[in-house]
Amino acid sequence: MKADGLRAASRAAGAPMADEGALVARLRAGEDAAFETLVRTQGGRMLAVARRYLPEEDAHDAVQDAFVSVTRAIGRFEGNSRLSTWLHRIVVNAALMKLRARKRRPEESIEELLPRFLEDGHQADAATPWRESVQDSLERQETRSLVRANIDKLPESYRTVLLLRDVDELDTQETAEALGISTTNVKVRLHRARQALRTLLDPHFRKDAS
Amino acid sequence: MTCQEFVDFILAYLERDLGEAERTTFEAHVGLCPPCLDYLETYKDTVALGIACCAEPEGPVPDDVPEQLVQAVLSARRAQS
Repeated sequence: MKADGLRAASRAAGAPMADEGALVARLRAGEDAAFETLVRTQGGRMLAVARRYLPEEDAHDAVQDAFVSVTRAIGRFEGNSRLSTWLHRIVVNAALMKLRARKRRPEESIEELLPRFLEDGHQADAATPWRESVQDSLERQETRSLVRANIDKLPESYRTVLLLRDVDELDTQETAEALGISTTNVKVRLHRARQALRTLLDPHFRKDAS
Repeated sequence: MTCQEFVDFILAYLERDLGEAERTTFEAHVGLCPPCLDYLETYKDTVALGIACCAEPEGPVPDDVPEQLVQAVLSARRAQS
């Protein structure tokens, strides 16, 4: 089947993979065509996940690594979850491996994005309500790119925890294991990342925003 | 509880990690301090926006996978076998 046909079939089904069991059986049998079907129908979704963690070129490498892992591990896929869920976890792991392998650069401090307090413990810049509900904000087309651009501004070690916990829905223990840090450190980084993102979004969403 | 302590406890409150006494103190503070109520609400909105704006849409594949990537993956598989 040509690539266009595969994409159309996938879209028409309204689900990532129709007849998943048959595809898995063909993958286990080592069928090249089944593997290509998997890459063409799931590669875009996996690339979108990898791009959250990595710049474009590294994201491509992570997807490639993930598919290599798939060929090695498909025999152990037990079908307890959807294949797309299993692939999601594999590409997140591949992206984390790439992050670890990248040359560590000095990280920007997050301190200036955290709320400030007066000596008596009151907020130095008192928070005010945002002008619209989350649902209303999401109806505006620019919100998605605005929020994503500000997540990208977070220092990497904080952004990664925020993505793993809030977006990719790993729990605290899983996140700690994935990053090789303590659960306490996961909680500290998650709270700081959320506070920093709130600071970055506040000027765009507060009632007196221009 | 000061506003600073209140903000420090938000994650633990939302994840239900606070003991009963701390939870009661936390909720009493938010009832009396409008800026902390606003901070809590906008913190929760931040989390919801982050999730909604990064999550992949359900159903159809969101992006076409670049042909260059497809070929790289297929080559890697061939090299492996």
